[in-house]
Amino acid sequence: MIAMEIHRDDTGSKIGMWLFLLSEIILFGGLFLLYSAYRYKNPLDFHLAAWDLNRSLGTINTLILITSSLFIALSIFFIRKGDRKLSMIFLSATIFLGLLFIGVKYIEWTVKIGHGLYPNSPRLLGRNKGEILFFGLYYTMTGLHGLHVLVGLFILSVMLVLMVKGKINENRFVPLENTGLYWHLVDIIWIFLFPLFYLIT
Amino acid sequence: MKNENYQTYVLVWLGLVMLTGITVSIAGMNLGRLSILIVLLIAAIKSGLVLNYFMHLKYETGLLFKFMIPIVLAVLTIFIGLTFTDIAFR
Repeated sequence: MIAMEIHRDDTGSKIGMWLFLLSEIILFGGLFLLYSAYRYKNPLDFHLAAWDLNRSLGTINTLILITSSLFIALSIFFIRKGDRKLSMIFLSATIFLGLLFIGVKYIEWTVKIGHGLYPNSPRLLGRNKGEILFFGLYYTMTGLHGLHVLVGLFILSVMLVLMVKGKINENRFVPLENTGLYWHLVDIIWIFLFPLFYLIT
Repeated sequence: MKNENYQTYVLVWLGLVMLTGITVSIAGMNLGRLSILIVLLIAAIKSGLVLNYFMHLKYETGLLFKFMIPIVLAVLTIFIGLTFTDIAFR
């Protein structure tokens, strides 16, 4: 009989995740730097362009992401305690809120594009240079963030499947923890995107 | 993770919701230049809450966990500082 030795390094995998997250901070940091440089050059145009964004939808999406962050934290909390059922409920709620966020974003972008405000649109090109820059940054940064939400949703769903199969349980939950870390970082990025784009009128 | 309970998470969430409310109302108040500072400060407090409580940074032990965020922020600060000395004196 061969003794099965399962090699696991929980601290190592968590540090690996953190290193990835730090590189994500640098990635978005570069974009935030670009934003501040352009805003410094075109302060009035940025204020003007921000009027076109829907502040209530932005606020709703902020609350959605904050709450989803709470739910994934609770999901991890309950799997640690060995309560798989509650953990799965909170994980599903997280996925639901993530989808809701994407839905709100979809409505927002559709309305904006319907108004003729999208990169290179004739209507946008007729406006000031700073406003064109603002919308370019808006689509790039919220787009890249939205992409992160989509990836997060995919990984969260994989975690849910693993949990249903019992492969994530109270003895082995590091994958779920790492997914949570990623999801929280996506939340933090939105915490900065929201005031910088929606609240500068 | 010792002395951790779900009430802490709910309290942190309440704090985040309240700070969001404060940001939105401050932005509506027309404080001029000051408002961007306050709004960014609140965003920093909010991410501090998420990092420390939701992401468990407060409970992690080990030098790496203590220093990685400050190091990354220092790198970003250097980038921002260098860029702005460039565009401000151009």
